Amino acid sequence: MKKTSPLLILFLISLSAPALAAGNDAARKDILDGYAAAVGPGFAGFSAERGRALFLGPHAGGKPETPACATCHTPDPRATGHHYRTGRDIPPMAVSVTPDRFTSQAEVEKRFGRDCPAVLGRDCSPLEKGDFITYLAGQ
Amino acid sequence: MALRRHFLCLALPLTLLALAPAFADEDEWVPPVRHAETLKECGECHMAFQPALLPAGSWRAIMGNLSDHFGEDASLPPATAASIEHYLVAGAGRGDPSLPRITEQRWWRHEHDFSPGRFARPEVRSKINCAACHQGAENGYYEDD
Ligand code: HEC
Ligand code: HEC
Ligand code: HEC
Repeated sequence: MKKTSPLLILFLISLSAPALAAGNDAARKDILDGYAAAVGPGFAGFSAERGRALFLGPHAGGKPETPACATCHTPDPRATGHHYRTGRDIPPMAVSVTPDRFTSQAEVEKRFGRDCPAVLGRDCSPLEKGDFITYLAGQ
Repeated sequence: MALRRHFLCLALPLTLLALAPAFADEDEWVPPVRHAETLKECGECHMAFQPALLPAGSWRAIMGNLSDHFGEDASLPPATAASIEHYLVAGAGRGDPSLPRITEQRWWRHEHDFSPGRFARPEVRSKINCAACHQGAENGYYEDD
């Protein structure tokens, strides 16, 4: 059998990092496409600006201790957040800092399902979810 | 993100596991969480607490009421919750099963019988932020501070 050249191995390793990033982007796009489809016929694109407003708040209707997503996720999406009650670190929401953000449909839906009622007192709409991810994907 | 925490726990030599005694007040090491679902689902809002930190009855009470989990919604699909409960109960320790909190157990209050102000410090925030004071908490080391 022919021995694989070390150079070839190095080359293959160097390929895998961008490949991972591309996988993340594709997974995130799938999730966004799903929300776009759920918005329905009137859909005119997601807005990072609306996503930013949702992120920063303040909102009424949820728990008084958590008027904004930023309460736990910090107003600066590139900074490490803290759960407001437990102090637990939350890795930055900005995709530029935490590249695997918003890449698992189950994880994203689970957290929207918990965090939106805590902040808004209701579920987020598909449009809001898409806006939120669009904002943070650009951060 | 969460992956790094998983890796640290997995990287602990398995030999340590074999030597570890069951958790008792004076023991230095609590066997760390080695169950992927527990690490992930119970390690988001606080660290994933080790099974030996609570008795089986307390774990059952917690797992039976995840939709109102100390005021938070921590609900999970039934199959995931069952698998986590099984893991926690199998590794459960001693204590008072009528108390759902680690921080209310007698041994815990005894070990932490100091000014409440120490928990209010900004880098700690809460009694349950074990890792703020015990650097090795996620790996089961509590005697390091
Ligand atoms: C009470 C604290 C808290 C608040 C308030 C909060 N979150 Fe979160 N959020 C968390 C925690 C904890 C995680 C899980 C840890 C992680 O993903 O790093 C998380 C994760 C998420 C995720 C999953 C990200 C991913 O990569 O899969 C989404 C989506 C999310 N939050 C949306 C929101 C939105 C939208 C708001 C505001 C309406 C909000 N959160 C407010 C604590 C909070
Ligand atoms: C959505 C966030 C969230 C998730 C997910 C979560 N918890 Fe908690 N947990 C909390 C909060 C908030 C507290 C109470 C914090 C306080 O009182 O300071 C808490 C408290 C606890 C306590 C009591 C700590 C003490 O001694 O005071 C235990 C034990 C516990 N959680 C176990 C679990 C288990 C097991 C899971 C996984 C099935 C889990 N938690 C998932 C938010 C969460
Ligand atoms: C404000 C800081 C602080 C927090 C938060 C904290 N501890 Fe401690 N803990 C201490 C100190 C100080 C001691 C006593 C000195 C020592 O033995 O390290 C101690 C002792 C202990 C011991 C006994 C260690 C031994 O000597 O065998 C255990 C076990 C323990 N803590 C578990 C926990 C757990 C579990 C949590 C989270 C639910 C927690 N601690 C949160 C400060 C803290």
